[in-house]
Amino acid sequence: MNDFFTATVVIGIITSAVRLATPYLYASIGEAFAQTSGVLNLGVDGIMLVGAFSGFYVTLETGNPWLGLLAAVLSGLLMGLLMSIISVTLKAEQGISGIGLYMFGLGLSSLLFKVLVGSVKTVSAFSPVRLPLLGNIPILGNIFFNQSLLVYGAFLLVPLAWWVMDKTTLGMKIKAVGQNPAAADSLGVNVNAVRYFSVCLGAVLAGIAGASLSLSLVNLFQENLTAGLGFIAVALVYFGGWRPLGILGGALLFSTVNSLQLWMQVKEANVDPEILIMLPYILTIVALIVASNRARSPAALNKPFERGEN
Amino acid sequence: MKKAHTTFVLAMVLLAAMLLSACGGGGAGGDGETLRVAVVMPSSITDMAFSQSMYNALIAVQTEMGGESAMEIKYSENMFNVPDAAAAIRDYADQGFDIVIAHGSQYGSSVQEIAPDFPETTFAWGTDVNTFGMANVYAYTAAAEQGGYVNGVMAAMLTTSKQIGVTGPVEVGDAKTYIDGFTQGVASVDPNIQLSKTWTGSFSDVALMTEAAKTHIASGADVLTGSSQSVVGSIGAAKEAGNVLWFGTQQDQAALATNLVVASQVYDWTKMLKEIIASRKDGKLGGEQYTLQLANDGLKIAFNSGYSLPAEVKAAADAAIEGIKSGSITVQP
Amino acid sequence: MQSNVNASASSKIRKARITIDWKSIGFNSVMPILAVLLALLAGAVMLLLLGANPLEAYAAMITGVFGSVSGLTQALVKATPLLLVGLGICIAFRASVINIGGEGQIILGALAGTWFSLEFDSWPGWLLIPTTIIAGFLAGGIWGFIPGILKARFQVNEILSTVMMNAIALQLMNLLLRGPLIDPAGVTAGTYLAQSERLPEQVWLSRLVPQTLLHTGLIIAILLAFVVYIFLWRTTLGYRIRAVGLNPDASRYAGISVPLNQALSLTLAGGFAGLAGVIEVIGVQHRLLEGITSGYGFSGIVAALFGGLHPLGLIPASVLFGGLLVGADKMQRAVQVPSALITAILGLVVLFVVGSAYLSRRWAARRLIAATKGDSGARLEAAPGMGMEVAGGEATPEEANP
Repeated sequence: MNDFFTATVVIGIITSAVRLATPYLYASIGEAFAQTSGVLNLGVDGIMLVGAFSGFYVTLETGNPWLGLLAAVLSGLLMGLLMSIISVTLKAEQGISGIGLYMFGLGLSSLLFKVLVGSVKTVSAFSPVRLPLLGNIPILGNIFFNQSLLVYGAFLLVPLAWWVMDKTTLGMKIKAVGQNPAAADSLGVNVNAVRYFSVCLGAVLAGIAGASLSLSLVNLFQENLTAGLGFIAVALVYFGGWRPLGILGGALLFSTVNSLQLWMQVKEANVDPEILIMLPYILTIVALIVASNRARSPAALNKPFERGEN
Repeated sequence: MKKAHTTFVLAMVLLAAMLLSACGGGGAGGDGETLRVAVVMPSSITDMAFSQSMYNALIAVQTEMGGESAMEIKYSENMFNVPDAAAAIRDYADQGFDIVIAHGSQYGSSVQEIAPDFPETTFAWGTDVNTFGMANVYAYTAAAEQGGYVNGVMAAMLTTSKQIGVTGPVEVGDAKTYIDGFTQGVASVDPNIQLSKTWTGSFSDVALMTEAAKTHIASGADVLTGSSQSVVGSIGAAKEAGNVLWFGTQQDQAALATNLVVASQVYDWTKMLKEIIASRKDGKLGGEQYTLQLANDGLKIAFNSGYSLPAEVKAAADAAIEGIKSGSITVQP
Repeated sequence: MQSNVNASASSKIRKARITIDWKSIGFNSVMPILAVLLALLAGAVMLLLLGANPLEAYAAMITGVFGSVSGLTQALVKATPLLLVGLGICIAFRASVINIGGEGQIILGALAGTWFSLEFDSWPGWLLIPTTIIAGFLAGGIWGFIPGILKARFQVNEILSTVMMNAIALQLMNLLLRGPLIDPAGVTAGTYLAQSERLPEQVWLSRLVPQTLLHTGLIIAILLAFVVYIFLWRTTLGYRIRAVGLNPDASRYAGISVPLNQALSLTLAGGFAGLAGVIEVIGVQHRLLEGITSGYGFSGIVAALFGGLHPLGLIPASVLFGGLLVGADKMQRAVQVPSALITAILGLVVLFVVGSAYLSRRWAARRLIAATKGDSGARLEAAPGMGMEVAGGEATPEEANP
C-alpha cells in the first residue's frame, strides 16, 4: 500500500470516477425531472435495462451506434409513456407502479436478449474520443477529455438540465406542477401534460443511461446488466436535492469512492474487500448527514393530481 | 373494501380459470425409450459460466445420443430462490423424469428432502461432495483449482510487466478455489510477480467488474483472469486495452476476444453425464461422488487457436497438466 | 334549513350506502379482474410469439397451484415471507413512509438468527426458537431504525438510506458467510460454498405437511397479522402512526411527533422483514445461504398492495400472490419459456392492477353520486373518502417529505 498515493493511482481514480458517474448522471437527472413534476419513478432500473438492450441490439445488427442510441431513446420513451399512463392518468400508487415497471423492464430486456441474441457478444460502439486541444493538456487531458461521447454528454447534461429547470418557462411549469398542482392548474397549466413530459424525459434519459453502459462502458449486454444501478440513481436524486449540480456532486462522490475502493483492492490494502465495497454506500449517507443544505422535496411528490381533489 | 375486493377478484379469476382448465395439458409423455432429463440452475443458461456449462454439456450428450427423440431435456433457469428450485426439482421428479440435475450448491437440502420420495429417479447435484448416503443421489464438484494452477503457470510466463490482475466476484465456492489455484500456479513460476485481486461483491455486476479490470490495467497488469458470469466485463476491458491477455474458467471464453483469450479451463460435464446415464441402465441410480479433474477429462484446458502461444509456455502448461494428473503437483483448493 | 338539508342528505346517504354496497363491490372487483386478465392477455401474446401455447401455459399455472397438495403448500411457503414483509410495509405505509429496505432487513434478520442459533446451540428448542426469532426481529428492526432515525434527526430521505442500507447489508452477509459463518464442512471438503453451517435441529420449525416445505412459520405470520391489526387500530401507538400518515399537520397540532412515529414505523417494518429472514432460515433452509432474500423485499411490497395495505387483507393477498409466483414457475416448466417472460408478465400484472385501482375508485364515486342525486351531490364529490376505504396512498396528506 505504500505506493498508493502516486500520480498513477490518483489519475486512475479520477478517470475511472468520471467514467463510472456517467450512467448515474443520466438516470438521476432524468429522475429529478420526473420527481420535480411530482412523480416518483422507481422503475428507472427497468427502463435502463430496456434502453441498454435496445441500444446494444440495434448497434449489433446495424453496426451503427448512433442508431443504437436512437433505439435506446425510443424504448425509453415507450417505457416512460407506460409509466405516465399508469401513474399520471390512472393515478396509481407511484412507488408500486415503479416496481412493476422495474419488473417488466427486467423481464422484457432479459427475454428479448435470450430470444434475439442468445449468448453474450461484445459490440464496438462509443470508444473514447480525445478532444482536440483540451485533450492534449497534460494529465487533465487524459482524465477529462479522453472519454467517450456518451460520457461527455452526461456531464454536459448537468448545465443543460440546470438551464432548463431554472431558466425556462418549461422548468417553471415543471416545478409549479410539482409544488402546487392545483394552483398551476388554475393558472392554465396542463398538469398532467407537464407530468407526462417530465416522466418521459426522465425515461428517455434513463434509456440513454442504459445505453451508456452497453455501448460505452462495458460494450456488451447481459441479463440484469444494471444490477440495481437505477435504484442508486433514484437515491442520488434525494442526495442532490433535486438540483442537477447536487446530483453531479452525489454521482461523483459515489463513483469516486467506488473507484477508490477498487484501487485500494488492487494495491492490496489489508482490508476485507466487503468493507471496501460498502464504502461508497456508507459515505453517501454520511455525506448527506453532514451536508447542511436540506432541500425540500416537491410538495406534490408521489401524489396524483385530480382537479378538485387536492 | 379495497383489501377484500382485490383478493376476492383474484380468487374469482383463478377459480374461473380452474374450471376452464379442464382441457389443461398434463405432463409430457414421451415414448418409453426417450431418456428424460431435467436440470434446475441458479442462473441463466446464457451466463457464459456455471449454468451454461451444464446446459451445453447436456445438449452435447443429447446430440451424441441422437437428438430429442433419444433424450428429452427440460430446464429451469434463474432459480436462485431455493424453495422455488425445490418445487422445480420435485415437480420434475413427479412428472417421471429419469434424471433430475440440481445444478446449484444451494439445492443440497432440497435434494436431501426430495430424493427419498422418488427412489426410481436419479438425482445429481453439485457442486458439493455429499451424497447424503442415498442410493439415488450423485454429488459432483469441480476441482477448479487445478485448471487455475495451469492458467497461473501460463500467465506468469506471459506477463511482461510482471503484474497480473484477478477480478473476482465473491471469495466463495469455485471462484475462490480457481483463484487460489491460479495464485499457486503463478507463484510456482515466479514468486515475485505481483498478483492483485479485486472482489466486486457480486456475481452479476458487470459494470463494476469492468471497472475493476480497467483498474488492474491502469495499475500495470497485462494479464487478467477471473470468475463468474460478470467477467464478460473484464474481457471487454482487456479487449479495449488491446494488449491485455485473458485466462478464463468454467467455459471456453475465446469467442469473446478472439486474439486475447489465451486459454480457458472448461468444465466438461459430458463424461460424467454419460457415466450417470450408462450406470442407470445397469440399475445404479446414484451413491457416487464425481469430481471434475484434469485426470478424468472433466476439466480441460481449451487453448485458443486465435492466440499464438509460444512453444515454451505451451510446454510448461502441458507439464503442469501432467504433474497434476500424476499427482506430483498438488494444488490446494 | 341547514339541518333539514343535512337530515335528508344523510338519510339518503344511509339508504344509498346500503344499496350501493353490492354494486360497488361489483364495480370495485371488475377493474382488477380486467387488469389481471389484460396482463395475462399480453402474456399470452408474448407466449404465442415464443411459440408456446397460452392455453396450455395458463392451465399449467392454475392446475399447478390448485391441483395438488404440493402446489398449494408451495404457495403457502412463499406466502409466509410475503406476509411478514408485507405487514411491515403496511405499518410503514400507514405512516406515509415507503420502505424499500426490505432486502437488507431480511438479510440482517437471517444473519442474526443464524448467528444466534449457532452460538446457543445447546439450548433446548422451546427456548431457542423464540429467542432466535426475537433476535431476527431485533436485527431487522435495527436495520429499519437506522434509516428511521436518519430521517427523523437528519432529514435523510428514507429512499436514499434504505437503498444504501440494502447494499451494505448484502456485503455484510458476504463478509460473514465467507468468513466466520462459513460451513466448516465446506472448508474441509475444499468447496468453500457460500453457506453457513446447518442450524441445530431443535431450532428448525416443524413441518406442517410431510414431504413439503410448509412450516409453522405460516401460523406465526398469520397470528402476527392479527397482532398488527390490533396494534394499528386498537392501540394508541398504532393510532399515532396512522394519524401521522393521514394528516401530519393535525398530528403535529395534537402533539404527536411526526418524525419519531415515522422512525418507529420504519423500525417496525424492518423488524417484520427481519422476521421474514429468520423464519426463512429456521423454517425452510435450516441454514443461511446467499440469495436468502429471493427478492421478497420487493415482492412483499407488491403483496401489500394486493392486500390493500391492510394487515388482514394481506393474508389472502400473500397466499394468492404466492400462488401466482408458484404458478408462474409451473408455467415456465410446462412450456419451457425463459423465466424472464414470467418476470415481465408479473410486472404487467402489478402495473395493470395498481392502475386499475383508480378506475374502480372513480366508478364507485360516480355510482355514489348518482345514487344520491340532489344538492348533497356536490358536497359528496368534494369529500373524498366518503364510503370508500382509505387505504394506502390515496389519502396521502401534504407532508413535505424531506
